[in-house]
Amino acid sequence: MEYLIGIQGPDFVLVAADNVAASSIIQMKHDYDKMFKLSEKILLLCVGEAGDTVQFAEYIQKNVQLYKMRNGYELSPSAAANFTRKNLADYLRSRTPYHVNLLLAGYDDADGPGLYYMDYLSSLAKAPFAAHGYGAFLTLSILDRHYRPDLTRDEALDLLKKCVEELRKRFILNLHSFTVRLIDKEGIHDLEKLTAGAK
Amino acid sequence: MSSQLLQLHVCKLPRLKKSRRNSGIPLHFFIPTLPNPAPSNNRSLFPYSPANQSVTVRRPFPLSHGTTTLGFIFQGGVIAAADTRASAGGLVACPEVHKITPIHSHLVVTSSGSGADCMLWERILTREIRLYQLRHRRCLSIRGTAKLLSFMLHPFKGTEVCVALTLCGWDKDLIYVCSDGARLQGDIFSVGSGSPYAYGVLDRDLRWSLSKEEAISLAREAVFRATHRDAYSGNNVDLFHVTAQGWSQRKREDLKEEYYRDMKRKTNIVEG
Repeated sequence: MEYLIGIQGPDFVLVAADNVAASSIIQMKHDYDKMFKLSEKILLLCVGEAGDTVQFAEYIQKNVQLYKMRNGYELSPSAAANFTRKNLADYLRSRTPYHVNLLLAGYDDADGPGLYYMDYLSSLAKAPFAAHGYGAFLTLSILDRHYRPDLTRDEALDLLKKCVEELRKRFILNLHSFTVRLIDKEGIHDLEKLTAGAK
Repeated sequence: MSSQLLQLHVCKLPRLKKSRRNSGIPLHFFIPTLPNPAPSNNRSLFPYSPANQSVTVRRPFPLSHGTTTLGFIFQGGVIAAADTRASAGGLVACPEVHKITPIHSHLVVTSSGSGADCMLWERILTREIRLYQLRHRRCLSIRGTAKLLSFMLHPFKGTEVCVALTLCGWDKDLIYVCSDGARLQGDIFSVGSGSPYAYGVLDRDLRWSLSKEEAISLAREAVFRATHRDAYSGNNVDLFHVTAQGWSQRKREDLKEEYYRDMKRKTNIVEG
């Protein structure tokens, strides 16, 4: 029902998430932000079961910020991803597992951009592009076909628009608008929302 | 002599084991989670769920989430409206329930889900807000209240606790908190089995620039249409209006009158 997508370029990561917060058949919110800012250059995109998403994502967010306060420097995206995976794995076989699917996108000053795919069984994979949700079935082949490691920002945005177009055409649910953000060495930039009217 | 009497009369009450971590709620409230792995989150709109075999307590009749509550923000503050029917399975358990409860002078909460759970959690919330006010000498914000409630409900996720509250506050804040764990801030929320019908009326006519009378009549109309179509909502409508000066409650109105007015209007249109 919900959709997340991430595309990594040579010096940036482009991520997008839909804006629907649903409860059974009703859209309760049309402008819900599913991205959580972990630090100046790391975003966590989180979908899944209703309360688990916010609880887990905020827990990770506050812990990453605590690390910065204690140690004076921020966690790298790779460290943050592994920390998140460890927490998810620890809770997996407890009485209260978190049913969340995540994308972690960040820019490391030393290693460059990184996109990490994590699912509710706490498997972690660093990937050049990734998607979550039923929409992923429709769009991963588009990404497979058109992705190149040396995409420019405009080309990546076009690729994202192609994916959203495909969802609009073939996905049974109406995902009206998408929040789009770009992370590069300058930090996190908000791009224009992709809405139904936009081309 | 008197001190001896006192010692005789002091009875040792069993110390209730409280959980300090969970804000002093007695530990026997925490029902242990069942061995079933995945908590089913498919909350169907129908009250009967025969597939749900994993019930620890046998209920005398099936619980229902039959209600219509709504809240929205406009230029003149926040309106909260709800019907007053409590249904249990196919019968009306009580036709005159209060589904909107004031928590303090500037915050009301609309409830839906299981009536007993809502009443209990409203009281717990009121207590916690009052304690916060006494300890910190200021009122907790609506967002803080919602977060507190959401964290208090979190241990009960996956159990039979069913609580869906909409906090309507003076700060023009409207936050929906549900026992599933959802916490959403927005401009308009409607909850319950009658909520799709209410959304149908509200989404069309709601604007920021409504006057107070128009907003109240819109809320009343939305609840009326929902109670007309939904079997599990009905009887009367409660309307609360929250502004910076506090909440004010309108007299409870019988929707039967609204129905007759509507019928008359329709016959006038047909004739005239």
